[in-house]
Amino acid sequence: MELFKYIAGRLGRSLISLVLILIIVFLLMRLLPVEGYFGDRSDKLSDQTKQMILKDLGLLDPVYKQVYNYFKNIITKFDFGNSISYYVGKPVWSIIAPKISYSLKFGVASLVLSLIFGVSLGILMTMYKGKLPDTIGNGYVLFINAVPAAVYYLFIQFLFTKLLNIGMIFDENNPVTWILPTISMSLGGTASYAMWVRRYMVDQINQDYVKLAKAKGLNNYAVMTKHILRNAFVPMAQNLPASILFTISGSLYIESLYSIPGTGGLLVNAIKVQDNNLVQALVLMYAVISVIGMLLGDILMAVCDPRIKLYSEGGVR
Amino acid sequence: MSWINSIDIESRFKLNDIDLEDPNESKLFKFIEFDPQRAEKTAATGYSYWKSTFKLFFSKKSSRIVLSFLCLLLLFIIIQPYLPNQKDPIQIFKEGNAAIRNAKPNSEFLFGTNAIGQDLWARIWSGTRTTLFIGIVSVTVNAVVGIIIGAIWGYVRKVDKIFTEIYNVLNNVPTTIVRMLIAYILRPSVSTLIFAMCLTGWLGMAKWIRNLIIIVRDREYNLASRCLGTPTKRVITKNLLPQLISVILLDSAISIPDIIGSEVFLSYIGLGLPASIPSLGNLINEGRRVMMVPTQTYQIIFPSIVVAVITISFYALGNAFSDASDPRNHV
Repeated sequence: MELFKYIAGRLGRSLISLVLILIIVFLLMRLLPVEGYFGDRSDKLSDQTKQMILKDLGLLDPVYKQVYNYFKNIITKFDFGNSISYYVGKPVWSIIAPKISYSLKFGVASLVLSLIFGVSLGILMTMYKGKLPDTIGNGYVLFINAVPAAVYYLFIQFLFTKLLNIGMIFDENNPVTWILPTISMSLGGTASYAMWVRRYMVDQINQDYVKLAKAKGLNNYAVMTKHILRNAFVPMAQNLPASILFTISGSLYIESLYSIPGTGGLLVNAIKVQDNNLVQALVLMYAVISVIGMLLGDILMAVCDPRIKLYSEGGVR
Repeated sequence: MSWINSIDIESRFKLNDIDLEDPNESKLFKFIEFDPQRAEKTAATGYSYWKSTFKLFFSKKSSRIVLSFLCLLLLFIIIQPYLPNQKDPIQIFKEGNAAIRNAKPNSEFLFGTNAIGQDLWARIWSGTRTTLFIGIVSVTVNAVVGIIIGAIWGYVRKVDKIFTEIYNVLNNVPTTIVRMLIAYILRPSVSTLIFAMCLTGWLGMAKWIRNLIIIVRDREYNLASRCLGTPTKRVITKNLLPQLISVILLDSAISIPDIIGSEVFLSYIGLGLPASIPSLGNLINEGRRVMMVPTQTYQIIFPSIVVAVITISFYALGNAFSDASDPRNHV
């Protein structure tokens, strides 16, 4: 019951933050120069036409009135407005929705891959610390961190599409073209999970509870997975729900390399063409995700390690 | 509770000197003012955290090599423009009227020239200087601000709610909007870029420190410290932060390559440094464009090698120093 009260309280407070975020982004977008709304046409249009366009978009109203209208439409009609320059006239959600399904599929697939390979590589590296698997794993982590992602993504695409003789561009009906983007996307995650699992597990390995577990006759594998990994995973548990949810934000490099129509880069492009409504809807979506992700992360952290208390129970402060 | 502490070691020694039959008990036991600093002195003596850290760090041959290599690299980057026969990184070299475009590496241009005829050797070292400067300054600022705010956020329960909401607000304002606004208000330059990176960069560190602190704050030894009346500031600086220094250092060391990565990203979306200020981000982005032309791959290979070498040395240094700074490895 306490937990539900805690969650309800947190979500209630988050609602205020969400409104604040929307207002801040709303104001920041209005601070950008008005020339951005005309794009390439800026030089050709007369001042009169420009004023007309701005008036049609409602940008000449006082800012407080714009904010009021925006929130009124959301609350009364659940209407987030139409795109004003990215895809003129289309409701923003109908632009975002189909893109999410692509990014979500690739993101979740690559996250699962990174988790499986990253955590097992981390465990292997800890079990054989200082031996060959550790050296190979460290080499891999170093390589991924050392070479800029933009470079090795391009390299992988170039090399493997030639070697395996498959198309360079993503094709929805041809599952073979899904493999390379997913694998390239998971490489970075694998390296970072392996690195942190190893780091935290090595920190745990000298603890007394590990000695006890070994002394009572548990085999090395059970000690590693049931005892050390659970403790080592706590610091990572916080970020896990958020990373799952955030896969819908896509990957800019991968999606532009393989021409995947996902959400990666949508926010950046929308900001660049100053599509206010699209930007606000995207920001709201990502904010909701991050609020929920952080809450789930805190709960998961407390589930993994019952010593962590999120709300005060009697004598703690 | 506090009377246990009040039996000072000295007063116990005095027991022998006093006649036990003396009815005057006030001489035997007396209350002493509680002093938290003194209460903690009962721990092992002569132990200095930083002394042990540096001793352990320098006792390893590999860490000595990495450290001296990084120092040499930094020294070289700083004095490179003053060495003889160095070229100007933004000068366009011409042969007659035509610029020397895409010249392969030769004795005149050690790393060749780029698409408009600038010397890649000079550009790479100038770019490394710029990028490392941006990286080191912003990582330091982010770490200091992030640790202070994260420690308070994680330890003091009362502010957790407020800080979490402030974090939610700030973290969800897209950095691209902020950077576009900064680029629009201020002219793009090195200091603008540092400003933009520091403005939002500390958030991640603060949240991370908060998570780590939440994990250890309710452990028994902190409970004990609190029962003995240790002030909050002392619990944070003496009990909690030394535990975290190893992970903080590792994170800071690998953040420097991250900064290079985000610089590449900024150049990619057109919000990076102008082409007149060479940086590793600019150079890699320029190189990426000609990467598929087999005769010009050197333009991506050389900057990538420099990035890789810097990353690997910082990563190795961070790993070595974080091993040495973990108090559990000291005794």
